[in-house]
Amino acid sequence: MDAVRRFLDGDIFHSFSRSPLTIVAFVVTVVCVLSAVFAGWVAPHNPFDLKTLNLLDAFTPPAWTERGNPAYFLGTDDQGRDVLSAIMYGSRVSLMVGFLAVMLSMVLGIALGLVSGYVGGKVDAFIMRVADVQLSFPAILIALLIDGVARVALPKDSHDTLALYVLVLAIAASGWVQYARTVRGSTLVERNKEYVQAARVIGRHPVAIMFSHVLPNVLGPVLVLATLHIATAIITEATLSFLGVGVPPTQPSLGTLIRIGNDFLFSGEWWITVFPGAWLVIMVLAMNLLGDWLRDALNPKLR
Amino acid sequence: MSATPAPLLELRGISKRFTSRLDLASRIAARLGASTREQTVHALEGVDLAIRDGEVVGLVGESGCGKSTLGRIVARILEPTQGERRWRGRPYADYESGEARLERLAVQMIFQDPFASLNPRLRIVDVIGEAPVVHGLVPPGGREEYVADIMARVGLDASLLRRFPHQFSGGQRSRIGIARALAVKPRFLVCDEAVAALDVSIQAQVLNLFIRLREEFGLTYLFISHDLGVVRHLSDRVVIMYLGRIVETAPSDEVFTRPNHPYTQALLAEIPKLETTRRAYVPIKGEIPSPLDPPRGCHFHPRCPHAMPRCTAEAPRLREISASHASACHLNDAT
Repeated sequence: MDAVRRFLDGDIFHSFSRSPLTIVAFVVTVVCVLSAVFAGWVAPHNPFDLKTLNLLDAFTPPAWTERGNPAYFLGTDDQGRDVLSAIMYGSRVSLMVGFLAVMLSMVLGIALGLVSGYVGGKVDAFIMRVADVQLSFPAILIALLIDGVARVALPKDSHDTLALYVLVLAIAASGWVQYARTVRGSTLVERNKEYVQAARVIGRHPVAIMFSHVLPNVLGPVLVLATLHIATAIITEATLSFLGVGVPPTQPSLGTLIRIGNDFLFSGEWWITVFPGAWLVIMVLAMNLLGDWLRDALNPKLR
Repeated sequence: MSATPAPLLELRGISKRFTSRLDLASRIAARLGASTREQTVHALEGVDLAIRDGEVVGLVGESGCGKSTLGRIVARILEPTQGERRWRGRPYADYESGEARLERLAVQMIFQDPFASLNPRLRIVDVIGEAPVVHGLVPPGGREEYVADIMARVGLDASLLRRFPHQFSGGQRSRIGIARALAVKPRFLVCDEAVAALDVSIQAQVLNLFIRLREEFGLTYLFISHDLGVVRHLSDRVVIMYLGRIVETAPSDEVFTRPNHPYTQALLAEIPKLETTRRAYVPIKGEIPSPLDPPRGCHFHPRCPHAMPRCTAEAPRLREISASHASACHLNDAT
């Protein structure tokens, strides 16, 4: 209880309650996340239950148009699946991939950045040159490359089950550089502070110093980076899925939905692709706004 | 007098050079004729120092003379470029394994900045209690009791052990730093400008704490300071450094009453005194030379009022001029 009260009194909450835009962004993010996590309960239909699908309902336009059906608020796609429900289930896949990818690249980036900054010398030069090389390629290209290699390397029958994890790995591997660079920079500053020298004099192991002394002091910027990176990771996932190399068709993500709808865009069934697209844009925008606010709120110079 | 026992800590011919390594780009630039070159700072040159058990040694010098580097080498934060450190008469390599490893904790350091020297994310109980538990001096269950005991000894309220460093004042943080060092049961404390960042009234309290702890734990100190008053108050013996070399070492009283080296004499002349007679202010002429390019011969000759031709050619050796008083100056050879 004490911690809750201190949070409500604190600067962060104060800055949050003063910014209406941030509150809207927060609400939107929470709605998106909750509707994705509880899609099984909240969604009006189950788009993957073949028994409930009726091909006669295919291409129903949104409910407020002339031929609309109130049962399918945002209309249906070519298979007669409810677009709203598909979006909820789809954003579940998108969010999961985004979240896992960010976690993984955070772990990878933080560990490499810490080692690079703390150990220095040749290790530092090696890790940072690898990072430089990777930065000179667009992230999406790296992800495509890893995805392509994994597809060839893995046995064919495991593709569908592993595709999600390959995707996570691909996105994570394309995003670690930012974390590594940020953490390395902060580590270089912290490493020379007297408390680190003190930890050496009292005989702590270098690994213990890195993780229990330096790490907690370099996490602030990483938190902000992660918030912004989730949005980017979701976009990357959608892009890959749009290109057809992402998640398997049995687990459509927002990107898959947009791709499917794209085929019908010019034949007049605009709602199949526009609504997933708009959902993606709104979700990512809200997350970015939240991240921006967090960056400013945690920056003492802007207070 | 019986055979003198080996000093507690001994430095033999310690030199430390810091070289700025060129990265690839500047190496290529240098090849192409740019004026970038590797730069070497001669922080310490051939320092010999022996400290007996129970002694308080004050180390004095201008900023940039290498006194902090020497302290860090003694505390083994830095490795010397040349020379050897011995503990109880044996080189440190002998304390590599097993029980002897704990001997390595016997030298602890008190840092200058009471704010930067405490990890802002750790509670006081972790700051002080971390090392003794890791090294098995205290069982994990007895940690809080142990920390509370040490906090009481350095004059901190033991009920504050769950607080974070930012909740303490400068003087209290200083005491926390001292408690952290004491927690691993040291024999020897290196105090690097340990009170320079504190208010004068707090300085006195912390200095008195050092004196009390010395009696309580039988500690030996290397007390680094630019403040001659503080050093005089505390030390048995004073070591004066100039530009990486020891220029004079003598018992505390003798340094202040009968300084031998011209640099020491000049330093002492600059201590502010309460005197009614007006005294012309005669600063030591010139700046301290750059340790990137120290002067040949005696490092002090460009600023020395007694400089002679020999001083520019030959570096004077530190030699005894009376029992326990040594000075590095060619003037002593003349008499």
